[in-house]
Amino acid sequence: MTEPLLSVRGLTVEFPTRRGVLTAVNNVSFDIMPGEVLGVVGESGAGKSMTGSAIIGLIERPGRIAAGEIRLQGERIDGISPSAMRTVRGRRIGMIFQDPLTSLNPLYRISDQIVETIRTHLPISLAEARRRAIGLLDDVGIPDAERRIDDYPHQFSGGMRQRVVIALALCAEPDLVIADEPTTALDVSVQAQIIDVMKRICADRGAAIMLITHDMGVIAETANRVAVLYAGRVVEIGPVRDVIKDARHPYSVGLMGAIPKLGGDAERLTQIPGSMPRLSAIPQGCAFNPRCERVFDRCRVERPEPIAVAPQREVACWLYDEPRSDGRAHA
Amino acid sequence: MLALIIRRLAQSVLVMLFVALIAFVMFRYVGDPIASMVGVETRIAEQEIMRDRLGLNDPVFMQFLRFIGNAVQGQFGISYRLQQPVSELIMSRLPATIELAFASATIALIGGVALGVFTALRQGSFATGAIMAASLVGVSLPTFLIGIALIYIFAVELGWLPSFGRGQVVELGWWRTGLLTESGLRSIILPAITLSLFQLTLIMRLVRAEMLEVMRTEYIRFARARGLSDKAINFGHALRNTLVPVITITGLQLGSVIAFAIVTETVFQWPGVGSLFITSVQVVDVPVMAAYLMFIAFVFVVINLIVDILYFAVDPRLRVDGGAAGK
Repeated sequence: MTEPLLSVRGLTVEFPTRRGVLTAVNNVSFDIMPGEVLGVVGESGAGKSMTGSAIIGLIERPGRIAAGEIRLQGERIDGISPSAMRTVRGRRIGMIFQDPLTSLNPLYRISDQIVETIRTHLPISLAEARRRAIGLLDDVGIPDAERRIDDYPHQFSGGMRQRVVIALALCAEPDLVIADEPTTALDVSVQAQIIDVMKRICADRGAAIMLITHDMGVIAETANRVAVLYAGRVVEIGPVRDVIKDARHPYSVGLMGAIPKLGGDAERLTQIPGSMPRLSAIPQGCAFNPRCERVFDRCRVERPEPIAVAPQREVACWLYDEPRSDGRAHA
Repeated sequence: MLALIIRRLAQSVLVMLFVALIAFVMFRYVGDPIASMVGVETRIAEQEIMRDRLGLNDPVFMQFLRFIGNAVQGQFGISYRLQQPVSELIMSRLPATIELAFASATIALIGGVALGVFTALRQGSFATGAIMAASLVGVSLPTFLIGIALIYIFAVELGWLPSFGRGQVVELGWWRTGLLTESGLRSIILPAITLSLFQLTLIMRLVRAEMLEVMRTEYIRFARARGLSDKAINFGHALRNTLVPVITITGLQLGSVIAFAIVTETVFQWPGVGSLFITSVQVVDVPVMAAYLMFIAFVFVVINLIVDILYFAVDPRLRVDGGAAGK
């Protein structure tokens, strides 16, 4: 087995506040293989974006990584010096943000922003960097790139701007791209195109993707593996097909039930009752226990850690703890 | 863009006409010009003849048109007090005021931007706290008090700098400058600092607030995520985005620096337009007051026009479709 490109172990991100410490990401572990697309899915506030920010070292104060380690190609990148981190950002890990309308500096031409980024990381001439930038814009599907490169961000539509953002994230040829809800702010009709562009351009360059989204449909089409996050923890991780067809954690079961199926019967989509707890009020034991249909006593007391249930699959749920202590079903 | 400039020019002309009307009304109706020209023993009949000769019996509208016509040619009449053409008086005082205004605006702009950026980037440090506290003093202390305090410290106690006047001046054509001699330069330091202090703290607080705002934006985060250096982010990406409001305020402040240098000019006996105005008010020298009013309005209008044009240089979003997109 090859060495993972990115390896996250026991990552914990905390926010000290006046009313105690909030744990936004709690003991999260996962690997990303070279060239792989890992989907990270969960509700708002589940810690998806925070995990991405932690990897690239951009957690906003007063948040901090309280425990765990992050390794990129075997080398630790958490807690390294700001100047060392700058050689990781953009160069080895690219990042795509949610809103293309606000990701680009409105006062600079697209060409300036791309060329500046390329020349920060690669020792090439201005003319060469510009040639590359045009090639890249062409690649992400901006028509007439040679002319449009000198336009300002406001002269592009939302979808086009997100293509520019993708070009910017990839311009120094990183090995990993963290895409934080890259299509959430876009029209539905454009979303699929952007995902296609991103997937193709990363595949061409052999870059892995960590795709953060709350849209299971996007994950199903794009990712190789998926990690389901709930209240700052990984509750289930495994290959996308397996997780979609045969979700194990009751929360993932609910999530998958919420994907509409084409051509299926017109039955109602399932809904998970209640909402995710606030970070300041995470229940004891399993964080999902108040909403779980299959909750039993142990869930309310003891916190489950990820348990391997099949090759490449882990589920953090006492239902799968051996010897199997089958809980009584409420419903 | 050209369309916008033309539109702005038209608006400027309107503003100037309106100010001219006020100046004219003041000129014509604040006191009786004849009464202030003649002695007690002049006969009523003689006064009527003068009134006729000066056109004061013409319809008000005609008088206003004549006032405008003269104003456009730079004619504002004769000063009651000094018996010189008002335009000459103002022109002879103008260089002093403009040099003082630009010196203090430069101090305010450079100092304000530098301190604003510094305090925004060093959030929570001791130096930031000290600067912010000191800036409160700068905003709240009245100008004359600062001027007097500076005179006391640097002129009276330490004896380093002169406390009044412009020092030695050099004639450059009609422009009399104090910036080319040592005593002139030494003389401008205290008044320029006094005049700049308020603007400096204002610009500093503005830049700081804008910087903090911009540093929270997504595009700064994205710039960080691309691994750009701190220098490129702070000064390239962030600072430029704070400039639009800073330009506005600085422009308007430069206007008020010229207009309200009165206090500073009085404290430091600076021979500028402001002190001319003060002495004119004391003796109700209406032509000078009217001309001063017109002059200040003109300064504001010109500065506003320049500010509008600068927006275009800084923010490309305004350039599309003759500026319609940005409005």
